[in-house]
Amino acid sequence: MRRRLLAQARIELLLTLRRGESVLLTFAIPMLLLAFFSTVDVLPTGMDDPVDFLLPGILALAVMSTAMVSLAIATGFERSMGVLKRLGSTPLTRPELLGAKTVAVVVIELLQLIVLVVEGYLLGFRFDGAAIGTALVGAILATIAFAGLGLLMAGTLPALTTLAAANGLYLVLLLLGGMVIPLDELPSGLRVIAEALPAAALSDVFHGALGDGSIPGRAWLVLVVWAVAAPLAAAARFRWE
Amino acid sequence: MPALEVDDLSITYGTIRAVDGVSFSAEAGRVLALLGPNGAGKTSTVEALEGYRRPTSGQVRVLGLDPVSNHAAVTPRIGVMLQDGGVYPGIRPLEMLRLLADLYPDADDPEALLERVGLTHRRRSTWRHLSGGEQQRLSLALALVGRPDVVFLDEPSAGVDVSGRQLIRNLVRELATEGRCVLLTTHDLDEAEKVADDVVIIDRGRVVAQGSPSELMTSGRSAEIRFGAPAGLDVAGLGATLRVLVVEESPGEYRVDAEPTPANVAALTGWLAERNLPLADLRAGRQRLEDVFLQLTASEAPHDDAEASVRRGRRARRRSRTT
Repeated sequence: MRRRLLAQARIELLLTLRRGESVLLTFAIPMLLLAFFSTVDVLPTGMDDPVDFLLPGILALAVMSTAMVSLAIATGFERSMGVLKRLGSTPLTRPELLGAKTVAVVVIELLQLIVLVVEGYLLGFRFDGAAIGTALVGAILATIAFAGLGLLMAGTLPALTTLAAANGLYLVLLLLGGMVIPLDELPSGLRVIAEALPAAALSDVFHGALGDGSIPGRAWLVLVVWAVAAPLAAAARFRWE
Repeated sequence: MPALEVDDLSITYGTIRAVDGVSFSAEAGRVLALLGPNGAGKTSTVEALEGYRRPTSGQVRVLGLDPVSNHAAVTPRIGVMLQDGGVYPGIRPLEMLRLLADLYPDADDPEALLERVGLTHRRRSTWRHLSGGEQQRLSLALALVGRPDVVFLDEPSAGVDVSGRQLIRNLVRELATEGRCVLLTTHDLDEAEKVADDVVIIDRGRVVAQGSPSELMTSGRSAEIRFGAPAGLDVAGLGATLRVLVVEESPGEYRVDAEPTPANVAALTGWLAERNLPLADLRAGRQRLEDVFLQLTASEAPHDDAEASVRRGRRARRRSRTT
């Protein structure tokens, strides 16, 4: 079982890192956003040094891009091209396939974390008093929630629709997720919607854990609800062919 | 115990009965070809055997096991070649072979298999850059990498060039020699005639004939001569000369309802010679699998409507010309 899971995880990782658009989405865009807005102080971050706001937000973006967008696009195409069907006739079981995808997502997230933390440090971010454990719990909950959403799209929509929907959602949640633009800046109606979405909840957790320490209880509640509901919906609706 | 058993299998999708009481079995060391027109129920039958589909009624057994409820016991012993490949677009041939090799308990050597299907020179290309024929060869290799006891090949030589087709046929025969059971679906009757030990013809969800290719080809009507010649011959004139019925069954393919005696054959070739008409082929007493297949599936078949009406129209025009 372990051999099959690791073989599958190896291929998932290899193919993810080989896909240009996936690398663009998971590495290039977060790194560019972090560098650009940290050095060009045009965002209303309300902080002396914009990197203090941006790094936690960009880390949240990184989690979302890997666990939701990249996973949805890859799985959507695997489904439409019959790869999932093909694997279904081999001894690889569904839990093993899911496990392999989890391993691949976590490994990519760790690579993103290393790259972005180093970049943030070079741009002047300081991790004094950061609540690493709290951030980790938030990251795990958000990964589960985003992966559930990604697999829900991949398992129900045609591949090209998934591609469009995942990229569209990426942009919407980037703007409404408190990642580069603080939630306070949003008009109140939009803000209510944004706060119910997992992206903003994860940003709140990261901003609190890596910054002033205050995390609204609402953020935890929202994350937990999405982390339970999204995978359940995906499991119920996912079609393999 | 047969390697494959299909017993009174029915599969319905909503109100459509795709498979309607199909039964057959296949032995280890033999190649069974499942033939039928599009929509005959071939793929549904194979997918039930592969464990993708639960029978609506009846049952299927692979190596004595139910492929759905004993999925984990069956998958290590079967190899599947899907029609649409089912391969990651960005993967290289050897990477995909190695992945599957790691999934099976006792896999074949990926390098050797790549060579066996003649793809060693394409090892650097990704799946999406392989030609249709090359993709088919890789799919075949993927079906074999787990050293399966039962191999399912769905249209293995669709889109493959002549040399690729030869390679695939040889490989299929080798598999049978090695003691594996091969089930292949195909439209290519020539292929079935050449590689299959047993043939099952299904049409509209039912088995219409089964047996070895030679049994099927000698069954049917034998008091006839078949020949190929230019389309649109004056069959009425030829029939009058031979004093029997002559029918153009499909453009350029004729049937003469006469005993294949040397005298009748001589009269036929004499008639053609007088008109300086070339003879493409001549078969007496033995039909090709294609003839059997068309007799069994073309009659009153709704899916052949368009083609049949074209044929009827042509005949009608010819009749009106002669009168």
